[in-house]
Amino acid sequence: MNKIIDPAMLDRPNSYIGKSVPRPNLPKLVEGRGQYVDDVVLPRMVHVAFVRSPHAHARISRIDAVEALKIAGVLRVFTGQDLAAVCDPWVAVLVHLTGMKSAPQYPLPLERATWHGEAVVAVVAESRALAEDGAAKVEVDYEPLPAVTDMETALLPGTPLIHPELGDNLCFQRTNESGDVAAAFKTAHKIVEATFHTGRHTGVTLEPRSILADYNRASGKLVVHHSTQAPHMMQGVFAKHLRMAEGDVRVICLDVGGSYGIKVHVYPDEVATVAIAKLMARPVKFIADRLESFGSDIHARDHRIHGKMAIDADGRITAIDVDDLTGIGPYSVYPRTSAVEGNQVINLVGGPYEFANYRAKTTVVLQNKTPTCQYRAVGHPIATTVTEGLIDLAAEAMDMDPITFRLKNLMRDDSYPRTSPAGMKFEGLSHIKSLGRLMDMIDYPKLRGEQEAKRAAGIYRGIGFAAFIELTNPSPFMYGIGGARISAQDGCTVRIDPDGSVVAATGVTEQGQGTEGIIRQIVAEAVGVPIGTVRVITGDTQSTPYGGGTWACRGAGIGGEAAMQAGIATREAALRVASAMLQAYAETLDIRDGNIVDRASGTIRMPLAELTRIVYFRGDTLPPGLPRELMQTRHFITKEYPFAFTNGIQACWLEVDIETGLVKLLKHWVVEDCGRIINPLLVDEQVRGGVVQGIGGALYEHCAYSPEGQLLVGSMADYLVPMAAEMPDIDVGHIETPTRESLLGAKGAGEAGTAGAPAAIMNAINDALRPLRAQVLAQPFSPERILQALGKVPMRG
Amino acid sequence: MTTNRITLTVNGERVQRQVPARQHLIDFLRSDLGLMGSHVACEHGVCGACTVRVDGAIVRGCLVLAASLDGCRIETIEGVSDSGEIRDLQDAFIVRNAAQCGYCTPGMLLTAADLLDHNPTPTREQIREHISGNYCRCTGYQAIVDAVENTAIKRRTSSASGSKS
Repeated sequence: MNKIIDPAMLDRPNSYIGKSVPRPNLPKLVEGRGQYVDDVVLPRMVHVAFVRSPHAHARISRIDAVEALKIAGVLRVFTGQDLAAVCDPWVAVLVHLTGMKSAPQYPLPLERATWHGEAVVAVVAESRALAEDGAAKVEVDYEPLPAVTDMETALLPGTPLIHPELGDNLCFQRTNESGDVAAAFKTAHKIVEATFHTGRHTGVTLEPRSILADYNRASGKLVVHHSTQAPHMMQGVFAKHLRMAEGDVRVICLDVGGSYGIKVHVYPDEVATVAIAKLMARPVKFIADRLESFGSDIHARDHRIHGKMAIDADGRITAIDVDDLTGIGPYSVYPRTSAVEGNQVINLVGGPYEFANYRAKTTVVLQNKTPTCQYRAVGHPIATTVTEGLIDLAAEAMDMDPITFRLKNLMRDDSYPRTSPAGMKFEGLSHIKSLGRLMDMIDYPKLRGEQEAKRAAGIYRGIGFAAFIELTNPSPFMYGIGGARISAQDGCTVRIDPDGSVVAATGVTEQGQGTEGIIRQIVAEAVGVPIGTVRVITGDTQSTPYGGGTWACRGAGIGGEAAMQAGIATREAALRVASAMLQAYAETLDIRDGNIVDRASGTIRMPLAELTRIVYFRGDTLPPGLPRELMQTRHFITKEYPFAFTNGIQACWLEVDIETGLVKLLKHWVVEDCGRIINPLLVDEQVRGGVVQGIGGALYEHCAYSPEGQLLVGSMADYLVPMAAEMPDIDVGHIETPTRESLLGAKGAGEAGTAGAPAAIMNAINDALRPLRAQVLAQPFSPERILQALGKVPMRG
Repeated sequence: MTTNRITLTVNGERVQRQVPARQHLIDFLRSDLGLMGSHVACEHGVCGACTVRVDGAIVRGCLVLAASLDGCRIETIEGVSDSGEIRDLQDAFIVRNAAQCGYCTPGMLLTAADLLDHNPTPTREQIREHISGNYCRCTGYQAIVDAVENTAIKRRTSSASGSKS
């Protein structure tokens, strides 16, 4: 275990860690001078548009492109067979998810379309508009097949099989069990149970999925400009499936217009674009439009969860029993798989609480709908909804205040390290301190008083709480052990240039969350230079150390630690040179504010730029055997714990209009513990943004389907996302419990907001409706569903 | 395909082009003029990422046909950045981290600037209301509201102190 550096103890001029330093990316972004994939224009570039299946399930009997090819400017039309000639299919399973199965998936399907919105034919033209003209003229004959659209019946005999060769529609099933659940329920003082639904929704990155692939047949090199979270992973995927050497593939990922997990997956239409570039040996661009984004970006969170909790006479939880069912798409998504969300649910339920007996089963079934996969806070909002929903029911059954009940049952702050009943290892969490901090922020008695007073006036306000844990800093236990070439390790190269400025190249990527900002802070502090002299390079497989990129809240904890260690190593390397130049022991010297100084007195001995001048241009004046390696690379991977768990608690204060069913959010509070905070401003904004995405899923966002499997949302006018006017101000508080696995002590912060917000909202709505004996458990909590719960409008059939 | 010849002023420069009748303003700016600062996100006039100014009024670039703009004056994020017109607002966005991925930011800035032009003393509710046609998926909006509010306060303070001196 490492010694944790407390930034407050560092009496140096370059102490940036822990400060709200503005991000270096913002000056260009606020002037519209970023570079997103669609801003890249290459000579001879062409555009691809896709003909997409109008059916949930259909046999493709004929494709006729004659009329499309008559349009001036339409160049080529490609079918699944055409692309299969140059591109191998993939099967998205992980071997550690025992028994998991999925079918081979091609860039374009060979025989059958299996969801509404699946790309079926590719049309290439001189412009996107012409490619769309061409796509409209391609004739595809479909023979509609019965579609599997209800997850509850997906496994029943008589339900059609999506892939007959798999034998059934089951992708994955697992039960996570410890203790004696049956006995605990038998002896329970109270049992509460309920069925929850979390709605199918999606990330809606404002920048749609975007890719520009350029293949040079003469050099054999493929360059892909890609809006992605994981450039190195994509390099490997393109190489493997297009039968190339990894070294011949370069993935460049400059500015990304939002990702939230949506852009960490392998999409068939993107692989098709790369395959077409290889076939045509020229640059091919694909930018999804909003309609095709709704039908082809991954969806998430389509779960039905039945949950049961046993409580003893003392008001202590004795057991939790959960049955989770989720409908994914016709294929598990490559390479992370679509079984991980359900698996996370059964690993995370009950996470904050002290209890002994646990059983949780997840069943992951195939559907003829858009494939689902990992979206921000994977599984967490679902697990937290069930857990916190049951907690409030239990508190009510015990006639206890929800805060009193939580305080009684939350894991004690001095009880770590420990392993949860679900088998999760916790290094150190702070549930009790976090709840205490929340109570300081909200003035609970005043809110209860206001609630009471308003009720008398016929106004229904509620307060809801949700404690949560969040999985961050993942080790290879998440994907690597399952056989996926997804790096849990990340690296950083730090180099001092001749002018004394510093460059840091990192394998983690910038998606707007502030990666380049925190890497700059860490490296400036570790080397000992003014922050303005540090440049950060991300998002290019050719110039950054191999790494996993951005996912599962690993950028700060993993990428940040690699940067810290590389920065320290670079400082030590420079001091070794300084020691020879100044005839002083290296340990008596330091670098501060870009100068070599005497460590004890702080007296400037020479500018760093003088050292670099000598190293780069007058190396002849240094002792011949002296190492002068002003560029150092370090990698970091967590070793002691599979994941660094964080924790926190949220509270939501809202008003339900019982005449219209509309929910008005009045205020939201979050206390979270992400370990060492590198930049409080960025952490707070990650939390706020995360909360608002959680609010979206809880109240508005829904990928609604007809019973036939038709996706009913086609534009942002149908699919509602949170808008400024409806959002509350969100107060954020912190507890810091650093991980001891790294010098930096940082854990992740990007998903905490999304993990807890839906449950806090659900509990607040139900708290508001309690006097009316109404309750909602199915997200999104739309006005219709709230009015149904109030008995004011009929349930739909 | 029908095309129209248009002459217009874009960020202070006279531009003459032959445009397809079906081409909307945002595609014209991005594809024909290489002004990549305004972004395309929904193409239904819902999200506001393509917000630009036509004759001083903010419009959605995806809902206006380029062919209809003969004789018009267009300003984009590039233009208002180069002129320094919204420098204080941009600085407030930087300091407050009111942009994350930056994709909505140019449209958001033009919409916020429009509010401050018409209402120099907006309440937080008025700010939220005015920008509610501009979607941001990253920030949760609070930082943006703060940045706009801070700019309004600073402008009032500096004009008040300016009038005294």
